Amino acid sequence: MIQLDQLSKRYGALQALDGVSLNVPAGCLYGLLGPNGAGKTTCLRILCTLLAPDAGSVQIAGINALADPRAAREQLGYVAQEVAIDKILSGRELLQLQASLYHLDSATSRRRIAELTELLGMGEWLDRRCGTYSGGMRRRLDLASGLLHSPAVLVLDEPTVGLDIESRAALWQVLQQLRDDGTTILLSSHYLEEVDALADRLAILDGGRVIAEGSPESLKRDLGGDRVTLRVREFATPQEAQQAQSVLQQLDGVRQVVINRAQGHAINLVVEGEGAALLDRLRQQLEEASVPVFSLAQSRPSLDDVYLQATGRTLMDAELASVSSRDPKAEKKQAMR
Amino acid sequence: MTVAPAAQLSQETLALTKRLFVQLQRRPSTLVAGVLQPLIWLVLFGALFANAPDGLIPGGVSYGRFLGAGVIVFTAFSAALNAGLPVMFDREFGFLNRLLVAPLRSRYSIVLASVLYITSLSLVQSLAIMAAAWGLGYGWPGGAGLLVVLFTLLLLVAAVTALSLGLAFALPGHIELIAVIFVANLPLLFASTALAPISFMPSWLGWLAALNPLTFAIEPIRAAYLGQFSLNAVVLEAPYGSLTAAQCLSALLILSAALFVSIRPLLDRKLS
Repeated sequence: MIQLDQLSKRYGALQALDGVSLNVPAGCLYGLLGPNGAGKTTCLRILCTLLAPDAGSVQIAGINALADPRAAREQLGYVAQEVAIDKILSGRELLQLQASLYHLDSATSRRRIAELTELLGMGEWLDRRCGTYSGGMRRRLDLASGLLHSPAVLVLDEPTVGLDIESRAALWQVLQQLRDDGTTILLSSHYLEEVDALADRLAILDGGRVIAEGSPESLKRDLGGDRVTLRVREFATPQEAQQAQSVLQQLDGVRQVVINRAQGHAINLVVEGEGAALLDRLRQQLEEASVPVFSLAQSRPSLDDVYLQATGRTLMDAELASVSSRDPKAEKKQAMR
Repeated sequence: MTVAPAAQLSQETLALTKRLFVQLQRRPSTLVAGVLQPLIWLVLFGALFANAPDGLIPGGVSYGRFLGAGVIVFTAFSAALNAGLPVMFDREFGFLNRLLVAPLRSRYSIVLASVLYITSLSLVQSLAIMAAAWGLGYGWPGGAGLLVVLFTLLLLVAAVTALSLGLAFALPGHIELIAVIFVANLPLLFASTALAPISFMPSWLGWLAALNPLTFAIEPIRAAYLGQFSLNAVVLEAPYGSLTAAQCLSALLILSAALFVSIRPLLDRKLS
């Protein structure tokens, strides 16, 4: 349904996209995961015909979006990251404007607005001015305007940033329902759990490249091995952690031992095999080596481990690093016409 | 669902124009200020020179009657100069991106909506000032004269709107746009024949006034107010020669056309 082929985009010295290819099948809820600055928004802007790539091709529902952007736009609903609404208009007036821009006739416009008001629970406040809306209301209104013309493809850029847990759960439910009704959905996120819980397939983007692609299950399964987190004390000193590390490295079935400074020098292990027996064996070996145990937890690999494996750092670290290197002024310039 | 292209174009243009009018209706301060400021000019300047000696204005016209045409043109000019502001705010707040993601039949409908809106707004404000000038005893153009006034204003508004829209896409933000508007506004008024005739000015200023597009709008309107309008009548004694009303209006027409043609590549680039 969506095919991006070898997309490249450069802003001055910054290579925002470096040969990104994606293939989103029809009826799929597809996640684009990556830290800030990975190229997610650039990718979606190109897809939505707001930005021309330096190289590469974009196909939406069989339409070459670069050659015939207007036909592509008719297939697309886009819910942008920065919610631009007209504060002076009421939500209903904004939707009516939107309906005219998509050339819906007035009967269709009324019917769709009524349907979406019902679906998104906007009845109570839709006739109030947009300037009075909370973040959650704005997001719902924005989703409604993206869905107004019943597009085949819905594109959402970080749809749950800044939403409270309830609004987020409600949004997930709506997206799943839309997918079940046949809409192809592409959403970007830097929340692991979100993509893990929601997406049928995903691509992980880092530094303008796709570094992993597949279903959440297959990506985690392919990684193999279980993850174990050991804390020798609640807040261990580096010495204690290193001591434990050297013991653990000697043990059978332990593939990798990393000290996680962000977690109070907890020790992250990658171990072979699965199951409770493993944990028991580990506990016994630690006792023999007289390494104290505050807690010992075992889990299947997560998408963060997938990211870690591909890039050598956790998504959280990448996120923190990008926050300090962000340039809001340059970002605004990229978004502004 | 399948609508003819022309119908789609008018549907999207009307919807975008309606948005601007709804904004105006709920935030009428631009409308009010746009009438209030020239009204103050009219009253204060009219009073300031009420006792001016006879013969200050050629033809023995009272200063108030002379001033009326200038202030009417200034009203329309100031209003049109603001044409770019809504577009600039839409650029800055990202609302423009929302419009550009939609399958608009032509992206010029965004520009067209601004032109329709600002033209009606500036004509309404000018009519309000004309009514006020009439109330102050500065006269009223007759039926045909009114048409001349409106047509002349239309030409000027078209030119200034094109300029302002061009600036709205060329400048980086609304601060810069407001600065340009602020700097352009008053000097253009003073360097025109709005407040004094060319015969009253030092020669360098006379030259500026005789090249100022505002003057090309003021003089035909002034003639219409005095009931002396004819296309072939000389309305402006410029340092470089005498200009008829027809020549003034042609100059305005050529200027608007030239401005619209010259901002087109910019619009094409910014809206592509």
